[in-house]
Amino acid sequence: MGHGGGIAHIARLTALFQFLHKYASPRYFYGFAGRLIPWLAGLTALLLGWGLYQGLFVAPPDYQQGESVRIMFIHVPAAWMSMFVYMVLAGAGAVGLIWNLKLAEMTATACAPIGASFTFLALVTGSLWGKPMWGTWWAWDARLTSELILFFLYLGFMALQAAIDDTKRAARAGALLALVGVVNIPIIHFSVQWWNTLHQPASLSAINKIGAPAIHPSLLVPLLVMAVAFTVFFATVLLMRLRAEILHRERYTTWVTELVKP
Amino acid sequence: MSGSLTGAFLCVLRRDLLLAARKPADVATPLVFFAIVASLFPLGVSPEPAILRTLAPGVLWVAALLATMLSLNRLFAADHADGTLELLALSPQPLAALAAAKTLAHWLTTGLPLVLLSPLLATQLYLPQEAFGALLLGLLLGTPVLSLIGAVGAALTLGLRGGGVLLSLLVLPLYTPILIFGAGAVTAAAAGLDPEAYLSLLGAFLAVALGFAPWATAAALRISLD
Amino acid sequence: MNWSEFLAMGGYGLYVWGSYAAAALVLVFNVVSARGREKSVRRQLQDLARYGRASDE
Repeated sequence: MGHGGGIAHIARLTALFQFLHKYASPRYFYGFAGRLIPWLAGLTALLLGWGLYQGLFVAPPDYQQGESVRIMFIHVPAAWMSMFVYMVLAGAGAVGLIWNLKLAEMTATACAPIGASFTFLALVTGSLWGKPMWGTWWAWDARLTSELILFFLYLGFMALQAAIDDTKRAARAGALLALVGVVNIPIIHFSVQWWNTLHQPASLSAINKIGAPAIHPSLLVPLLVMAVAFTVFFATVLLMRLRAEILHRERYTTWVTELVKP
Repeated sequence: MSGSLTGAFLCVLRRDLLLAARKPADVATPLVFFAIVASLFPLGVSPEPAILRTLAPGVLWVAALLATMLSLNRLFAADHADGTLELLALSPQPLAALAAAKTLAHWLTTGLPLVLLSPLLATQLYLPQEAFGALLLGLLLGTPVLSLIGAVGAALTLGLRGGGVLLSLLVLPLYTPILIFGAGAVTAAAAGLDPEAYLSLLGAFLAVALGFAPWATAAALRISLD
Repeated sequence: MNWSEFLAMGGYGLYVWGSYAAAALVLVFNVVSARGREKSVRRQLQDLARYGRASDE
């Protein structure tokens, strides 16, 4: 009985590895991604449409913030994405580092500009949300400051990879940097949070409460829909960038040279 | 030549200290930079004691941060140029230990002098006497962390063009927690409060960095050298 | 549906529409940038085919 169970186990693991190996091969993934992109793009459009409808028409204005609460439906999902994409980047980097998988390395590189743009959006919308609330275009509150530092982490990652000519070294150095970043992000977050409560005069703490309103259920729907929409969007653009990365990285192979022949 | 781990550690440490002693300019320059940056603030903001007193904790810490960062280049640059670094990587001793030795040498020749100079600059910035202890202890705990984290950055950017500035971009965001608690300790002490919590956190950062950074530095060195 | 009220957003029009415009720009930028990357890679591949490895970065 033990042997039978063991063999079935090995067979299942082998099948899993074969499956992963097939999908992780750049050539196969190129085609796979190409087929997937139109569907994801369509899904993104639908979700964005629904989210915008919910956010701009269905959701009621807030008691305190009025119509400006609608900015939250962009700002919060963008901030969530900025963190999520960084996790994907670091995870892909780790996989690439540990298992030496080219596709994982390419994923990390492709994630960076997307994540940085979401971080930028979070900062811009944070500023636009803050101006009517706090009266200034910028405020050093905990969340915006953390986002700013995250933005610098993204830029650092991209700058490091840009400075290294050798693709392998660039991928591995970037992965290590991203892992160091991931470990530091909770520490940075905690420190900034703490710093913010320390320096806040009483009036600002009231403002901070405005910044994080108790989420009314009617506000939750557009928030979540936009979050999912952004996530599917991220997947779409990631696959697009991955295809370009694959072409670049595999440029010496026959299948790519055949592909590009006019 | 001792074949033991401690032997190798001390050997690398002694070598780096000797090399630093032969180039006093390398040690002095970050110190002078520290002093200059601290004096830029009265010039750029105001010489009024009341204003400088509030700025002092932050200014001293930011200046220490920048001075440490500028000196990080020389941590591995010379050894990389003449091939010593590759020999160290090939050694049977764990590279993390050797990296830790180099980092310690770096701190002894950069961070520690900053700590010793800080009271003088603090006086120039009208920092209250009560805060001096927190400043010294904070810098004593914090500057090694700066060297440890900086070493990872220096190893990642080994031999790259635009090295110094790139290194700063990578490492400064990671320095922010140390800055927050280091300056926070001094500010609290200046206000008559107990800086113990801040200093304990700095101590915790140091413990974590000691366990984590040399290993990450070794990994980064191997990535850069391969 | 009162359009002028909708556009004014209770006085917060600039901020709300500014945010949604920023979001649109970021989304468009991502798509354009990804397409641009593919285009430049394909151009590089053409050069590679025509001139060989000497043309490679």
